[in-house]
Amino acid sequence: MINQTIKLIAAVVLMAATTSCVHLKEYQKSRINDSEMALSNRKVEKNEMNFQSYRESASGANAGKTGGGCGCN
Amino acid sequence: MKKVFLTAFGFSLICRFSAFAQTKTDTIHTNKPFSLYEPLPANARSDDYNPRALHVDEINLVSSYYKQNGFHSAITGGIGTEKVSDISNGLDLKLVWTGDNENKNIISLGLGYDHHTSASSAFVTTTGQGKQGGTRIYPSIDWTVENPTTGNTFGIGAYYSGEYNYKSRGADVHFSKKTNDKSGEFSAKFQVYQDKVTMIYPSEFIPVITPVSTGATYITTASGNLVLSNGGSSDSKPSLPTKPRGTYTASFGYSQIINSRLQVMLLADLVAQSGYLSLPFHRVYFTNQKDTIEKLPSSRFKLPIGFRANYFLGDNIILRSYYRYYLDNWGSRSNTANLEVAFKLTPFFSLSPFYRYYTQTAAKYFAPFEGHSASEAFYTSNYEYAKFNSQFYGAGIRLAPPKGVFGWDKLHDLELRYGHYQQSTLLTSNVISLNLGFK
Repeated sequence: MINQTIKLIAAVVLMAATTSCVHLKEYQKSRINDSEMALSNRKVEKNEMNFQSYRESASGANAGKTGGGCGCN
Repeated sequence: MKKVFLTAFGFSLICRFSAFAQTKTDTIHTNKPFSLYEPLPANARSDDYNPRALHVDEINLVSSYYKQNGFHSAITGGIGTEKVSDISNGLDLKLVWTGDNENKNIISLGLGYDHHTSASSAFVTTTGQGKQGGTRIYPSIDWTVENPTTGNTFGIGAYYSGEYNYKSRGADVHFSKKTNDKSGEFSAKFQVYQDKVTMIYPSEFIPVITPVSTGATYITTASGNLVLSNGGSSDSKPSLPTKPRGTYTASFGYSQIINSRLQVMLLADLVAQSGYLSLPFHRVYFTNQKDTIEKLPSSRFKLPIGFRANYFLGDNIILRSYYRYYLDNWGSRSNTANLEVAFKLTPFFSLSPFYRYYTQTAAKYFAPFEGHSASEAFYTSNYEYAKFNSQFYGAGIRLAPPKGVFGWDKLHDLELRYGHYQQSTLLTSNVISLNLGFK
C-alpha cells in the first residue's frame, strides 16, 4: 500500500516538474475562463456522485463530500 | 402529494428570491435591491463610502430521478432484489456582500430533500412486510471570505443529514491561496462528520428492551418503530439505541493553468473513519447456512488521489478528463477514469456526452452469500465491497444564453443530464438530473 502510494505521488511530482507553465495575460484567458473549462464537477452531477459513493467502495478526491448520509437503501 | 407540494414550494421560493436579486445601481430608485443595509442619501458624505449590500448572487435548483435494479442486496445476505427509486431535490442559495475591509463575503445555504423506495428494505423483517420508503433532509451552510486583491479565501461550513435510521452532523474549515501570478491555486479543507447509526436489526435478531421503571416491554420492529408488546404505560418509550460513527477528512488540491488551452488539478484526500462502520440490518449467511449481522472493523483509512485535466480543443470542443486511484486498509483498490467531451454548438449551448469506467478489487472482509466461515472475525456480503467494474455513460446539455434561458433573464443556466450505469455484478441504474441556475 505504501509503495504504491509513493510511486503514484512520485509520478505526479515528476509530471508537475516537467510541465512548463505559461503566464497568461487576462485577455489570453478567454478559453480558460469558459464555464465548461471549470476544474470542478458540474452542479447537475451532484446526485450522480452521491449514488456512486454508495454503490462503490471508493469515494473522495473529487471535491465532493466524503461522509454524511447513510445510503443504506 | 407531499413531493408535489415541496417542489412547488421550492420553485415559488426561487421566484421570490429572484425577484429581489437585482443589485446593479438603478437609475430609477424605486426598485431597491434586497439589502440589510440602508444606503446613505445622495447628498450625504460619500468619500470612501462602500455599501455593504447583501444580495442573492445565485440560486441553483437541482432535481434528480434515480432508478436501480440488481440482485445482490446486503439486507438479504448478498442475494435478492436491489430495486431502488429515488427522487432528490436540492436548493442552493449564494448570498454575497462586501465587508468594511473590502473582502467579499459569501454565504452558501443549501437544503436537500430525497425520497426513496427500496424493495430490499421490506426484508429487514423475514416476512417481507418491512418499511420500503424513507426520506432524507440535509441542510448546509457555508461562510467564505475572499480577499479581492489576492483571491485567497477562508471559510467554515456546517452540515446536517437526517433520515429515520441515520443522523449525521458535519463541520469543516477550508482555505485557498493563489500563486503570485494567479495561475495556480492551493486549497485545503478539513472536515469532521459525527454520525449516529440507529440499531435496527433484522426481525430474527430483534433484542427485547425492558425499561426498569415501568416494566413495559418494547420491541424494535423491522421498520424501526418501537412497539409495546405487553402492558405498561406508553409514556416512557425508550428511544432506539444508536451507535456512533466518525469520519475525519483532510482534502488538498492544487490547480494550475498550463497554457491558454489547458489547466490541470491534483486532488488528494486523507480519510479516517472510526466507530460502528457496519449496518445492523445487513445479513451475512455462513457456509453452515446460519445467518448473522454484518460485522466490519471499527476503523478504516482511505486514500483517494485524483487528477483533472481540461483542454480546449480548437474553437468549440472542450475535453474534460478525470482519473482517480483509491486504496484503503480494508484491502480495496480502485481506478476511475472519466472523459467528457463538450461540443459548443453555439457559444451558449453545449452538448456533452460522457463515459466513466470504474474498477475495484474486493475488500478482504467480503464474501458472497454463504461464502463466509463462522470462524472469521469480520464478514460482509455487501456488494459495495465486492470485486467488480462498472461503466457509466450518457449525455448532457447546457444552455446559458446571455438574455436568459427561453428569454427569461432570471434563468441564466439550464443543465439536463442523463446517465446509464451498469456494474459487472448485474446492478443497473438510470439517472436523470436537471439543474436550473437563477441570478
